[in-house]
Amino acid sequence: METLEFRFNSKPVPRVADPALCGVVGSGNLEILVKPGIEPEACRVRIKTSARGFGETWRAVLDSFASSHPAGGTVIAINDMGATPAVVTLRLAQALAEYQGGAL
Amino acid sequence: MIASLAARHSWFEATARARVAGLLDPGSFSEILPPAESSPSPHLALLDLPGAFDDGVVVCYGQLEKKPIFAIAQEGQFMGGSVGEIHGAKIVGMLRRAVKEKPAAVLFLIDSGGVRLHEANAGLIAISEIMRAVLDVRAAGVPVIALVGGSCGAFGGMGIVAKLCSAILISEEGRLALSGPEVIETVAGVEEFDSKDRALVWRVTGGKHRYLMGDCAMLVDDDIAAFRSGAAEFLAGWSEPAPSVAHLRAGQQALENRLAAYASYRDGLQVWAALGIAEPESVPLLDRDALVALKEGLPT
Amino acid sequence: MSLNDILDSLFPAGHAVAVNNKVISGEATTAQGTVAVLGTTDAAAIDHAMALALSAYILDTIEQHPGRPLVYLVDTSGQALSRSQELLCLNGSLAHLAQCVDLARRQGHASLSLVTANAVSGGFLSFGLMADRAYALADAQVRVMDLRAMARVTKIAHERLIELAADSPIFAPGAESYVRMGAIEAIWPAPSASLLEAALAAGGLAAPASDQRQYSGLLRGGRQLAAGIAKTVQNAARGA
Repeated sequence: METLEFRFNSKPVPRVADPALCGVVGSGNLEILVKPGIEPEACRVRIKTSARGFGETWRAVLDSFASSHPAGGTVIAINDMGATPAVVTLRLAQALAEYQGGAL
Repeated sequence: MIASLAARHSWFEATARARVAGLLDPGSFSEILPPAESSPSPHLALLDLPGAFDDGVVVCYGQLEKKPIFAIAQEGQFMGGSVGEIHGAKIVGMLRRAVKEKPAAVLFLIDSGGVRLHEANAGLIAISEIMRAVLDVRAAGVPVIALVGGSCGAFGGMGIVAKLCSAILISEEGRLALSGPEVIETVAGVEEFDSKDRALVWRVTGGKHRYLMGDCAMLVDDDIAAFRSGAAEFLAGWSEPAPSVAHLRAGQQALENRLAAYASYRDGLQVWAALGIAEPESVPLLDRDALVALKEGLPT
Repeated sequence: MSLNDILDSLFPAGHAVAVNNKVISGEATTAQGTVAVLGTTDAAAIDHAMALALSAYILDTIEQHPGRPLVYLVDTSGQALSRSQELLCLNGSLAHLAQCVDLARRQGHASLSLVTANAVSGGFLSFGLMADRAYALADAQVRVMDLRAMARVTKIAHERLIELAADSPIFAPGAESYVRMGAIEAIWPAPSASLLEAALAAGGLAAPASDQRQYSGLLRGGRQLAAGIAKTVQNAARGA
């Protein structure tokens, strides 16, 4: 297992609901928990992953997400069981949509 | 038929959270110890494995057709729904809470292979605590209904827990047993139980077989709405009996009769024929409604 | 140690116990009066017939001897592993047995179990762990699975498991782990009439809804999370 931590600049999320959880820690999947943070223009991410040595891939995927979606003002915790970048991006979008009060 | 199939939301495929959300009255779900307030199992971290915030089980209260209920939902996709220390303690806490608060029912969405081997002793003891707590809830007059239809079924200690509940609602996809077919095959050989023979596995452990044998009270479609209406219908017609010798004597007699009649059988097909089903080989092909009609027409 | 030696040591004042198909049933004399003695021997793999023999004897005791204490002797290698057993829902018969142990408690029968040799998973769950209190003899094997099989299933190196087991009662096999986890009350150096009588005389037996194992596990340092989490869930304030 590997623990990774990142901080990205990102536009503030427009509306804040309760903490939101998306996904399941199953093979090829991950869970993402979005909570309010203290920096409105930044998103902090902490990842625990079963797959070692993918730090740069995570950074690239998350950076691309944070620059194209508003995610500022959040702290995101991820438990990962080997999800692909496509699954990570999809779950992030779902988790942030739910965090903004969107439907499940 | 096609339209209703399209509208179905598979219980088997859904996550524990999606099952609970679809089971309870809309907007009534309220989780106790939600993911943002809990932390993953330290025992898994010690073994270098990522945990889940909820440790694979959702405990919550809400309403079912406006009646207050508690729900416990295991997540089969996380470590096979297995019971570790935190997972088990959340369930035990919720059951003890039910003894105190007496909701109209506890719905136990079981999807588990049993003990989490990575926390083996904690898991086994937790299951023992769950067994006692389920019986305490029932003794307090609150029914505990097991809903079984997930990918992990109800196996190991959780198979025992399921049978300690007031009743089991199962789907055709659901499985209920003690030892997994893989375990039996590993220990006793492939000629004893070929775990890769999926049709055989379902004839021995599957929902239709358990329903035909009377081990499960209801067979429902693999559909969250069907589990919801099945649970509501069951509860409307059920009042929890006080624990009594007479009740267990009757159970004892039924189990002894069944053992005497079927002890030598090794395949569901043999049992179904003995139950009076004219074409047992047709059972796996029947849809839910046809199978329920078949069972209701059997001699008792 | 043979079953007879164990019975002689536990019940020097006399016992009349039969063994059929590895199932023990009978009665014995103690300072507290007559007790029912039942359980399994020879590392029995519990099947339908054994579970139903035990449950029938419990129901007989409840009906014929109200309040008589129940002493369960546990020697089980787990559940029977066979297709025909599963076909008839073995978990159902084990649940029925567990329910009978539980009913006896509710009807005021004190109970204790003593692991004499082996206590493994499903067999242990169905009666040994359902008693008010469990004890174990010093050389008893108590476990879910041995570490070699656990390594195979979890895909964690056997050496690593041995290393971790050294200080983790969470998964290290052995009666000592179960004491620290709160599920076994004490380990007896040998079967002993005085230890048995003290255990039978101990207060707090036969009270329903009084499962104290999480708390014991916390006090003994083996299970540090369960008690707190169960309590939090039990008492958490309702949200909006």
